[in-house]
Amino acid sequence: MSFSWAKHYEPKSDLTKWLDERLPLPRLVYGAIGGGYPVPRNLNYFWNFGVLAGIALVIQIVTGIIMAMHYAPNALVAFDSTEHIMRDVNWGWMLRYAHANGASFFFIVVYIHIFRGLYFSSYKAPREMIWLLGLVIFLLMMATAFMGYVLPWGQMSFWGAKVITGLFGAIPLVGEPIQQWLLGGYAPDNAALNRFFSLHYLLPFVIAGVVILHIWALHIPGSSNPTGVEVKSESDTVPFHPYYTAKDGFGLGVFLILFCAVLFFAPNMLGHPDNYIPANPLSTPAHIVPEWYFWPFYAILRAFTFDFFIVPAKLLGVLAMFASILLLFFLPWLDRSPVRSGNYRPLFRTFFIVLVIDVLILGYLGGAPAEEPYVMLSQLASAYYFAHFLIILPIISKIEKPKPLPFSITEAVLGKDSHGTAGGPALQPAE
Amino acid sequence: MAEQVTMYQDGSAAVESDGVRRRDFINIAAVSFAGVGGASVLIPLITQMAPSKDVLALSSTEVDISAVQPGQAIKTVFRKQPVFIRNLTPAEIAAADKVPVDSLRDPQSLEERTVDGKKNWLVTLGVCTHLGCVPLGAAQGEIKGEFGGYFCPCHGSHYDTAARIRKGPAPKNLEVPEFSFLSDTVIKIG
Repeated sequence: MSFSWAKHYEPKSDLTKWLDERLPLPRLVYGAIGGGYPVPRNLNYFWNFGVLAGIALVIQIVTGIIMAMHYAPNALVAFDSTEHIMRDVNWGWMLRYAHANGASFFFIVVYIHIFRGLYFSSYKAPREMIWLLGLVIFLLMMATAFMGYVLPWGQMSFWGAKVITGLFGAIPLVGEPIQQWLLGGYAPDNAALNRFFSLHYLLPFVIAGVVILHIWALHIPGSSNPTGVEVKSESDTVPFHPYYTAKDGFGLGVFLILFCAVLFFAPNMLGHPDNYIPANPLSTPAHIVPEWYFWPFYAILRAFTFDFFIVPAKLLGVLAMFASILLLFFLPWLDRSPVRSGNYRPLFRTFFIVLVIDVLILGYLGGAPAEEPYVMLSQLASAYYFAHFLIILPIISKIEKPKPLPFSITEAVLGKDSHGTAGGPALQPAE
Repeated sequence: MAEQVTMYQDGSAAVESDGVRRRDFINIAAVSFAGVGGASVLIPLITQMAPSKDVLALSSTEVDISAVQPGQAIKTVFRKQPVFIRNLTPAEIAAADKVPVDSLRDPQSLEERTVDGKKNWLVTLGVCTHLGCVPLGAAQGEIKGEFGGYFCPCHGSHYDTAARIRKGPAPKNLEVPEFSFLSDTVIKIG
């Protein structure tokens, strides 16, 4: 696809030849994730997380479709049908725990994938479209996860739906009509539950579609790599299969071990006990928090406790929360440094580590009660988050003196002596 | 010579004036028609999500308040949302009247929030104006907050005895729904 030396699909049997002339689907797969896709030879394990995210999506779709066979999206019976899945349906408990924890693992994997992209500047030219499409996937994931959490119709489901749709109520003038339109009523009820179920079933397939665009955009320039130096010759790459299918397979094994450990030994670790109480519109749980993967954004939302000129605090919080994600769409144009990899940018590397810690702190604060000192810390951490992207990053790209880059990926892997092999058909693995 | 006759491949002829052909006009008209038609299809597709007739039909509720003694409050449901109906004591009314209205975040006097001559009956939605939680303070034994009215446990908003926001993140007073007295002991909300 992307490089002239990419191997071409050659059908072997009569059947595959017949098929190749009529519908070259095997050819497409071979070029996308088979031997026909040349990949930099120096990818580290952080490059596993794209494939892992894809597998997490498959786990969610499979377990989700099965649960939809047993679940009833009606406010009268939704909670009971969820308990029916847990208690009566054969293996229902495992499928539901896999779906609930699968969502958490999906987010863990995607967050690591995003921070990989931030550290190695995978968003820089010519890969901006991959980054932008990835953010679209992330937004779709958040919408899907939120609506899925409403479906069991427990206390957290109900009040989560109320608080999150209440965010739209903060918009001046049209806020309340929008909120009522989203809910189909004045408060979450059957209408809201039904449409959330419908969309929760739809959006994963939309995500799958955008994932295809994400991979398509990736295959135009080819994968990035830890040096950030572009592929120059055939010796810089190895075919995706068998080299990275094997490496991703190992990563998948580790992922599944961790996933199963939580699924079978601590399935409620990441959930809220309050969601095992049926939804009650007349009583609010004492401590409403969203699922852990929303905590950093929830902390930003709650950080605004003061009005700013005529803008009320509530609207400010909502705007800041959305801005914290929308900001990332401008990242390819905020970071002007021509060097991609954080390994060669000492100053950037330091601030990247501070950003990671800042986001972890925001995550902790988002799960904490809305009282001091958490509110003040949220304000500081939110301010730093925005400062990192809007002030620190553009300044770093101007003043930083990067370390010397290797001439090529091959040189970075094998040392300077192997200079001569660049351009040769060397295909031996990196070791 | 202002007009020019053009022969088309299918043998038809058209008269061009001002450079606009008959086909251009048909093209623009057809696409516009289809565009307006397609856009109008969006109206049912979007408005189907708005509250349905049965939901709207629940938008008035009658409540018997004869049993509510001064200092007590009851919770009822209006449009699937909690409503607090509170019979204020003279001390609570005095406490609400004592506050200078201009000093409030959402300036309203108790008179403006109640019906003439029935100043002791405070009817509000039990929905915190911050993010929609149900404040505490209506049922007996619940925390009433620093100002003796309602307290929202979610993010710590305090409301006074007139259910006006006094402290915390909520931007507005608890909403007073449209209501009227059908008799001395029955009110109609909505």
